[in-house]
Amino acid sequence: MRLLEAIRIALQMIWAQKLKSFFSLVGVTIGVTFLIAVVSIVQGMNVYMEDQFANRLVGLNTFQLRRFPGINMGDISEDTWREWLRRPRITYADADYVEDRVRTPVVLSRYCQERMTISYGGRQAKDIEVQGADAAFFQIKNYEIAAGRPFSPQEARVGAPVVVIGDLLAEKLYEGLDPVGKTALIGGLPYRIIGVVAKQGTIFGLSLDKFVVVPFNAPARRKICMYNTMDELYVQASSSPVMLTAMDEVESMMRSRRQLKPTEESNFYLQTAEGALEGWQRISRILFMALPGLVAISLVVGGIVIMNIMLMAVAERTREIGIRKALGAKRRDILAQFIVESATISTVGAIFGIGLGIGLAFTVKALTPFPAAVAPWSLAVAVALGISVGMSAGIYPASRASKLDPIVALRSE
Amino acid sequence: MSDAVIQFRDLRREYDMGGELVRALAGVTLTIRRNEYVAVMGPSGSGKSTLMNLIGCLDTPTEGEYWLNGQEVSRMTDDALARVRNKEIGFVFQTFNLLPRATALQNVELPLVYAGLSARLRRRSAEEALTRVGLADRMDHRPNELSGGQRQRVAIARALVNRPSILLADEPTGNLDSATSEEIMRVFGHLHAQGQTIVMVTHEADIAEHAERVVLLRDGQVESDTTRTAHAAA
Repeated sequence: MRLLEAIRIALQMIWAQKLKSFFSLVGVTIGVTFLIAVVSIVQGMNVYMEDQFANRLVGLNTFQLRRFPGINMGDISEDTWREWLRRPRITYADADYVEDRVRTPVVLSRYCQERMTISYGGRQAKDIEVQGADAAFFQIKNYEIAAGRPFSPQEARVGAPVVVIGDLLAEKLYEGLDPVGKTALIGGLPYRIIGVVAKQGTIFGLSLDKFVVVPFNAPARRKICMYNTMDELYVQASSSPVMLTAMDEVESMMRSRRQLKPTEESNFYLQTAEGALEGWQRISRILFMALPGLVAISLVVGGIVIMNIMLMAVAERTREIGIRKALGAKRRDILAQFIVESATISTVGAIFGIGLGIGLAFTVKALTPFPAAVAPWSLAVAVALGISVGMSAGIYPASRASKLDPIVALRSE
Repeated sequence: MSDAVIQFRDLRREYDMGGELVRALAGVTLTIRRNEYVAVMGPSGSGKSTLMNLIGCLDTPTEGEYWLNGQEVSRMTDDALARVRNKEIGFVFQTFNLLPRATALQNVELPLVYAGLSARLRRRSAEEALTRVGLADRMDHRPNELSGGQRQRVAIARALVNRPSILLADEPTGNLDSATSEEIMRVFGHLHAQGQTIVMVTHEADIAEHAERVVLLRDGQVESDTTRTAHAAA
């Protein structure tokens, strides 16, 4: 009950002296705002990177056999680049070799892409990603077909001039028309549209719908792939452990095919969604490492401010302390009263900080494509920090209050 | 002597004022019995305040013994003194010393908070005490919404709420006009009639008249100690 009483007194004081309270709360509020906002935004970006970025770009439980990493974040040295560019490309023969020998159940698709101009009638769409792939590609990318159908393994094998187009293209070239059955010119060659992929949305504000998929063996291949090679071979497994087994298998297969010595590094790269995230994870680790420092600085400043406010409060309320002592308050009663009061001020600051932090996170969410996921643990940490900063800041003023001589205190004005 | 509430034996209190020794009390021996109504008088510098602080367990003597209700309080620790103040002493001050932000009821509840009573018991006792001093209709008023006499009555209610052995008043009418002073003295008179032991420090002779015994201090010693049975009878 006395705890509630002390909290009530503290809240009354905060309310009664709004300007002073603002200054006493601001340090803790800023610290907590930082904490909540950074954690929310970084976590939101994590979710985004994993769900949207990596899995969309690579595919679920999927890896790509590539010459070198295709998704890079952070600096890549000149030497690394040179080494990458010396590597042999992935060839049809490589793909066949893997397809024939892999024992883990997987689905494969060769893949090449190039930006090209597509035209229909008088209209043109520039910078469209023309992707050459096998029939399994639709399954690997989890593309939902909104209209028509994907191409069949047979069409893929014979390289039929058919195309499945992305949502954006369907809107741009065939506004108001049903594109299925129409013929589009891709690099000057006619392709019959057989399907439309459902809208994929955006990533980092870039549309994911500016693409078409043609059979890998289709005529356009010459324009999108270098002779006999491909950008990457998609390999999809049914689950993450199966994928890891398949990766081991493909790695040793490719190493023996390229006759690499055990000491030599692989001159190819197996790219997974996690791998693509490595750079991002490095950034988020740095943010999370810098965070405690930022938060600590503002909390220490906030704590010092609260300590000063409490020292002032003790000075102003000397007579009250004298009265309480005369009426039977022990040292620890006074000590507890002022520590609880200090902790309450600080916790109120932390609660404001939580509000502001969440607000900031949602502002980021509204203005950028990143979802802001508020982490429940960060709220708990914020409240705990608020209470403990307030308690530590309150110890010295409270102990001064508790040691006041009641006679002197009663006489003070 | 079993009904002695306060027993002083050769009580001395000295202060060190910047190297100079000030003898505020120079050996006071005094006994106050249950249901006595004592006024402590004396000119300023006579040791009144020191005596009152010692009786109220706000201070400890340099030498001598102070027995309060059979316990020796002269050598107690701060926390033990706080407990004694809470249980045995009810203070009434010249300046009322109410908490300005608290209502009358909350002010009266305060000693009970430190006694560790539950909120319900606290409230009931505080309401009783306020009713006793005639403020049943002012419980939720803050001190600045009350007159001087009402404030002092709240203070009296607060002093009585723990049923202390002594009601200890320090110039209780010092800040009040004479009509209100009389009103407060009537309250004291009623309390005394109900069996309350009262010690009142004052420098006003007409206020001291209300007491049945007057202890006069001078230079830190008891100069005279007169009991006026006639007044009590009247």
